[in-house]
Amino acid sequence: MSEVSQAHPTYNYNVVKQFSVMAVVWGIIGMSIGVLIAAQLIWPELNFNTPWLTYSRLRPLHTNAVIFAFGGCALFATSYYVVQRTSQVRLFSDKLAAFTFWGWQTVIVLAVITLPQGMTSTKEYAELEWPIDILIAIVWIAYLINFFGTIIVRKVSHIYVANWFYGAFIITIAVLHIGNSMAIPVSFTKSYSMYAGAVDAMMQWWYGHNAVGFFLTAGFLGMMYYFIPKQAGRPVYSYRLSVVHFWALISLYIWAGPHHLHYTALPDWVQSVGMVMSVILFLPSWGGMINGIMTLSGAWDKLRHDPVLRFLIVSLSFYGMSTFEGPMMAIKTVNALSHYTDWTIGHVHSGALGWVAMVSIGSLYHLIPVLFNKTRMYSYKLVNVHFWLATIGVVLYIVAMWISGVMQGMMWRAVNSDGTLTYSFVESLEASKPFYFVRFLGGCFIVCGMLLMAYNCYRTIRSTEENVQLEPKAA
Amino acid sequence: MDKALLNSIYTVLVFVIFIGIVFWAYSKKSKKGFDEAANLVFADESEQTKTDQKNRESSTNE
Repeated sequence: MSEVSQAHPTYNYNVVKQFSVMAVVWGIIGMSIGVLIAAQLIWPELNFNTPWLTYSRLRPLHTNAVIFAFGGCALFATSYYVVQRTSQVRLFSDKLAAFTFWGWQTVIVLAVITLPQGMTSTKEYAELEWPIDILIAIVWIAYLINFFGTIIVRKVSHIYVANWFYGAFIITIAVLHIGNSMAIPVSFTKSYSMYAGAVDAMMQWWYGHNAVGFFLTAGFLGMMYYFIPKQAGRPVYSYRLSVVHFWALISLYIWAGPHHLHYTALPDWVQSVGMVMSVILFLPSWGGMINGIMTLSGAWDKLRHDPVLRFLIVSLSFYGMSTFEGPMMAIKTVNALSHYTDWTIGHVHSGALGWVAMVSIGSLYHLIPVLFNKTRMYSYKLVNVHFWLATIGVVLYIVAMWISGVMQGMMWRAVNSDGTLTYSFVESLEASKPFYFVRFLGGCFIVCGMLLMAYNCYRTIRSTEENVQLEPKAA
Repeated sequence: MDKALLNSIYTVLVFVIFIGIVFWAYSKKSKKGFDEAANLVFADESEQTKTDQKNRESSTNE
């Protein structure tokens, strides 16, 4: 880590810098909204009787902000960086790069404006209305052209595996977004899906689960395959395994969507296909996790000294946990208990906060000093504090949701000997209340960590000394 | 040909292709190319960091 990284004169770091900084900004905003709506579930008065502050309108804003604003900016930043560094060539087009940055920020600002007003297509993770959907499609195609254009003009013969993952993510998201967002507009701010009934549901979760599989997994695996070897200073454990990992993951993920629709009007065989594919998906997921973690094999001591590497490796542990949990929850009998309960929310956040956010944060901590031509982050101590805040926050969050979720599932299915329900819905809600507070607490830890990160990044970027040790290295 | 037969053929085809990918990935022939590709992460660094990395490489396991 102490190696001096020179900003390569021929690379376009400008767009990478912009996206990196915005990733931190949107991360704080998106996660703060999450904490607010978590608090609303304990203290409903917090919506202040204002329609645009209600849970129903802020929840899609939270999910869009953390997935597409925070995660999206982190993906744009790292993909543009990795594709340049491993192809040893400047981005295909600076103009397209600038267009994707400003276009993507416009999409996010439009989301912040429209979602609280209640303008929504009601499709989960695809709530934005049709004019914004069109803008997303245009920006995304520009991104696709720029990314693959860079690969085409590369100066090396191989395409590094991280770029395969980024490439799969970009292509698939284009297909998913355009496919799922097909709608008939009835006015400028309202449209109805082109699909109907069970087909609409299947399209939605084909999109929805692959937003998880390609946006929140394949893209971040690209990050993992570059930043872990780079930060650890050694090539990936097994490149062969990474090749098998790639093909297995992308060929399986696309089929897993129906597990969101167990016991619904979806044909039974489709549900079973979704379940089987989800269970098999465990194998490539763990293959990738092992490949990432074993990159450190023989150099485990690095974890003691390097909080950035700790972020990256612990993110993989959470990835392993949630990709074990996911296939298990996709089994129909388990799903009968877990579906519609807080267990699902816990599972999503173990993936989103534990895996996606932590691998992004680790990558950004690696990236910020390199981009701004500094030796390292302003303070490793703060990185370390952030690491513990994030880890404790995620653990509090997911443990609370596990307990609350399983409890809800048990209470909802309990019946008396005469067949009537043992508990009313409100009784299960009351039982969950203490766990909602623990979840809120976990969220506060995570947001505090992000604020420290923002301060640390600001001090790093603002420091006038270039490539100079700023503080004695913490042991 | 009915749908079930087509589905079966497709399933077997995908399975065979996947086994093919595994054999290709683990064949001796692709080893050299993969090693080169794996080191692309470090390939564009300055000379000084390159020597550091050579020292590291000698201690890697794969």
